[in-house]
Amino acid sequence: MKMLKSTLAIVSAAAVLGVSGFAQAGATLDAVQKKGFVQCGVSDGLPGFSVPDATGKIVGIDADYCRAVAAAVFGDATKVKFSQLNAKERFTALQSGEIDILSRNTTMTSSRDSGMGLKFPGFITYYDGIGFLVNSKTLGVKSAKELDGATICIQAGTTTELNVSDYFRGNGLKYTPITFDTSDESAKSLESGRCDVLTSDKSQLYAQRSKLATPNDYTVLPETISKEPLGPVVRNGDDEWLAIVRWTGYAMLNAEEAGITSKNVEAEAKGTKNPDVARLLGTDGEYGKDLKVKKDWVVQIVKQVGNYGEVFEKNLGKDTPLAIDRGLNALWNNGGIQYAPPVR
Amino acid sequence: MQNSIGAPKQRLSLSDPKVRAWLFQIITIVAVVSMGWYLFDNTQTNLQHRGITSGFDFLERSAGFGIAQHLIDYTESDSYARVFVIGLLNTLLVTFIGVILATILGFIVGVSRLSKNWIIAKLATVYVEVFRNIPPLLQILFWYFAVFLTMPGPRNSHNFGDTFFVSSRGLNMPAALMADGFWPFVISIVVAIVAIVLMSRWATKRFEATGVPFHKFWVGLALFLVIPALCALIIGTPVHWEMPKLQGFNFVGGWVLIPELLALTLALTVYTAAFIAEIVRSGIKSVSHGQTEAAHSLGLRNGPTLRKVIIPQALRVIIPPLTSQYLNLAKNSSLAAGIGYPEMVSLFAGTVLNQTGQAIEVIAITMSVYLAISISISLLMNWYNKRIALIER
Repeated sequence: MKMLKSTLAIVSAAAVLGVSGFAQAGATLDAVQKKGFVQCGVSDGLPGFSVPDATGKIVGIDADYCRAVAAAVFGDATKVKFSQLNAKERFTALQSGEIDILSRNTTMTSSRDSGMGLKFPGFITYYDGIGFLVNSKTLGVKSAKELDGATICIQAGTTTELNVSDYFRGNGLKYTPITFDTSDESAKSLESGRCDVLTSDKSQLYAQRSKLATPNDYTVLPETISKEPLGPVVRNGDDEWLAIVRWTGYAMLNAEEAGITSKNVEAEAKGTKNPDVARLLGTDGEYGKDLKVKKDWVVQIVKQVGNYGEVFEKNLGKDTPLAIDRGLNALWNNGGIQYAPPVR
Repeated sequence: MQNSIGAPKQRLSLSDPKVRAWLFQIITIVAVVSMGWYLFDNTQTNLQHRGITSGFDFLERSAGFGIAQHLIDYTESDSYARVFVIGLLNTLLVTFIGVILATILGFIVGVSRLSKNWIIAKLATVYVEVFRNIPPLLQILFWYFAVFLTMPGPRNSHNFGDTFFVSSRGLNMPAALMADGFWPFVISIVVAIVAIVLMSRWATKRFEATGVPFHKFWVGLALFLVIPALCALIIGTPVHWEMPKLQGFNFVGGWVLIPELLALTLALTVYTAAFIAEIVRSGIKSVSHGQTEAAHSLGLRNGPTLRKVIIPQALRVIIPPLTSQYLNLAKNSSLAAGIGYPEMVSLFAGTVLNQTGQAIEVIAITMSVYLAISISISLLMNWYNKRIALIER
């Protein structure tokens, strides 16, 4: 099924690519407004990033990013439809116009940003890096340097495939890669002992571990072997849409920095004395209009989805099964590297 | 000639069926070519407009990722073109092994279904009905996840005499490495084959001339075994064996059949064999019972009746549908992407497509490969079919 689905997606995408019209500046926003929702490409099930909950609603930081864009464009965060894509399908789906935003823990690299008809708006949802998940009970490995000769499960079509190869070559170690289409298949193969190691972005490893039968038997090794800045992607050639997607993220960061939360945002919008906050929340100036979104776009984003910190804590933070520390993803004035240009 | 004599000059007219036929063919060609050109041109324009690189330059770039099974040498710094060759070889490997095994198994099951032994006939029926009716992808997943991945890890593997090891990492076995006697051994095999062909020709000739039968099979087998064995005894062993040894995480040395390959080959063999069994049964059934009776009345026993009367006639019915089954097997091998066996679709149309983003080129190449494989199988089988066809005089 998976295979059939992805082949169909790729072939139909290739066909659509062949016959669909030009991508013009503004075309995406017009199309989105006409159909009344944002079509958002997310992962095929990654806890904390995008995964269906018990009621079938897609939850996670990647899904919330699309909701925030919908809140900015329509003033209604529910006007999103999700397409669940595996790593191999994701770029073709975006290239062909099947989805408007790809918000699927995708690493920003120069080759993906050029020559593939894609553009990264530059906002990074999550600063990540590749790590290794091993069964500490049976293997007794303490460091990635001890992995010589290991069999490694990887998800096909990811930067992980390349970075793992670089790391092992660079350290003169040997390995056998087994690549699967979905992260679930690779996790299953780790459990069954087909591989010694599961490798992926560290955030994914924590998520995968939480899904295993005996999570406590597995450890994430201390090494981080690459930089994996994960962020949303849009089609090349539509700067207007790119700006909306980019500034949605910056608005969420700025809101957190200014202490605006989903609880106090309406009060702040009415009564703020701080000129920065007034500009951000649309009480002063026409910054939303310039972006071609609602005047009160930031109010809608924060009220319906939350600021960056709230979204992070809700999906990945201490109260979730993932319990991921903010780390690099803390604000710049709080020990992290999340830094948003101002809205003005 | 006739025109000059004075017959009315022919003019181009739509009422002339020849003219009409030509006209329609020309219209069809123009329509097909312009449609093709439109698609090509539109794709090119759109790709350019969206800033998507096109062309086949990417094949020379270095791939940078590892591959689990490669029949030729491969390192991460090799090009995408080499990755393509590896994917192709892996697909051909599964197809080749699968076709041979499925044919053997299919013939056995097909004949068993006609057996007079009740249990054997019923077992064969159950086999066909079960495996023919379960989708091949499910069977692949079953063999992979439920059979091979539930094997113990390499450190507790099933050990067969310290030479063969079965674990969740696959089947580890000794590797045959070339020794001094290798090339003489190969030559001796060639000599044996030539001897068998000569012997067989002589035997046929004598049989046709005198009617005296000759034990071609047994003599052939003897030739095939004795000549290379003598060579190995005189010149020295052709290969020496390298045993797999457990070291670190896994076995080192020896050859390994990875579980993805085993699961895929097994699933496709078992699935296709069920269809082949039915084809074989229908072929044998198509030869009327009168043929058997006639052969018996001529004094032929059961074995020769089957070999010389029934099967040659049955083959004419069996070969054409058998070809479709071989084609199906080749195409079904692309289902391997579900279990991570690095064949054409999973490796080239999967990983390479994703790393380069050049969907159209990669898919076009992949489709041409399957087309080429299928056409080759078809041609081969058509040639064989022609050879065994009944020569009507």
